[in-house]
Amino acid sequence: MIAIVDYKKGNIKSVERGLAACGADVRVMETAAGIREADGIVLPGVGAFTDAMRTLEQTGQADAIRDAVGAGVPFLGICLGMHLMYEAGEEHALDGVTPGLGLLPGVVGRMPACDAQGRAYKVPHVGWNTVDVGGASGRALFEGIPNDSFFYFTHSYQAPDSPYTCGRTTHSATFPSACARDRAFGVQFHPEKSSDAGAALLANFVRMVRADA
Amino acid sequence: MLAKRVIPCMDVKDGRVVKGVNFVGLRDAGDPIELARTYDQERADEVIFLDITATSDGRSTAIDLASRASEELHLPYTVGGGFRTVEDIRQMIAAGADKVSVNSAAVRDPSLITTAARAFGTQAILVAIDAKRVSGGVDKWEVYTAGGRTATGLDAVAWACEAARRGAGEILLTSMDRDGSREGFDCALTRAVARAVDIPVIASGGVGCLEHFAQGIIEGEADAVLAASVFHFGELSIRQVKEDMASHGIPVRM
Repeated sequence: MIAIVDYKKGNIKSVERGLAACGADVRVMETAAGIREADGIVLPGVGAFTDAMRTLEQTGQADAIRDAVGAGVPFLGICLGMHLMYEAGEEHALDGVTPGLGLLPGVVGRMPACDAQGRAYKVPHVGWNTVDVGGASGRALFEGIPNDSFFYFTHSYQAPDSPYTCGRTTHSATFPSACARDRAFGVQFHPEKSSDAGAALLANFVRMVRADA
Repeated sequence: MLAKRVIPCMDVKDGRVVKGVNFVGLRDAGDPIELARTYDQERADEVIFLDITATSDGRSTAIDLASRASEELHLPYTVGGGFRTVEDIRQMIAAGADKVSVNSAAVRDPSLITTAARAFGTQAILVAIDAKRVSGGVDKWEVYTAGGRTATGLDAVAWACEAARRGAGEILLTSMDRDGSREGFDCALTRAVARAVDIPVIASGGVGCLEHFAQGIIEGEADAVLAASVFHFGELSIRQVKEDMASHGIPVRM
């Protein structure tokens, strides 16, 4: 069973439909206990970092996720869900930064409005952009998907680079658009909104969960 | 590189797609979900549903439509029309909408933009502006609300800047002068707003032929181009439009 963590902000239905279309047994979970029983966890994302973390901590969902990931349960964070994997984030933080799940090192910050040459770029980064997949750690998630495929993005903040970056995308700067650490994966784009390439990525995740269960 | 987007927009009234000519004289162009699914297959970059009756009737917005769309579409979609409170927006996002578009309510109470952006992220909040050129031959445009019926006295460029400052993630900019005219986008308006704000601008109103899309991007400096009738009545396909844009050197997702 794959648990979609419901923290009352996310766009749950599209993710649920996308995973179910791959034949997964998907359940929307609010409780920490439900998350602890899952064979795979998906943390979807619409919303702001600080708001989301507050809910995740208050409900015990955050600890349930940390424990499950620590035990090797496959995990996929989508958009804000990827951001929440890092140590901290600046989005709407009251005291500089808000602590995140801490699965990956670094602080999620705002996308720069200019590139290195000083040319202005629109932020949020909205629309279809390509992902350059690199590093062995992400291979399982992107299996069968041509490199530089288009995925749908919509975000104003970006993950920090780390040894766990496995996909990169360029807007104002080149930023991590996918990350992988053991069996915990994050994607900045929305696979559930990304047509065929997105569906293939979700199918790869479901296959990973199945292989374990 | 980020692709420029092509967005079919469906004006929805009583659950059916309609397209007004200068906001009057509506024609019926079918079921919104059926139409959206066709655009999804044709590789439209996203779709927008505007519930055009919502504001004027005081009806709440089309939750059912959003819910059906999230079941059946594989691309991002925006729902607009009649949002008054953050709770209205929360319900729409919970139903599956990726973004909501606010227009009259944001003019009435600009803090709605701020509150909604804090709760759902700026990327989920699109501010729609209906703008009409002021008489006298100068490049100035006034904001109208309530489906183009109420003049607000607000300057369109200044209002776009305020919306962006308050947390809007995108501006959906419709030229009331061009809407339904088939004369092409008001590129002067689009460029004025696109240069004034640091968030993406979607150009809307006036598409009549293939070349207008590339003009909106190149001359209007828009990040996305929106059209309705030319798609709904099968005059142009998404592929034709993208091929033409690509031939002008515009990055598109084919």
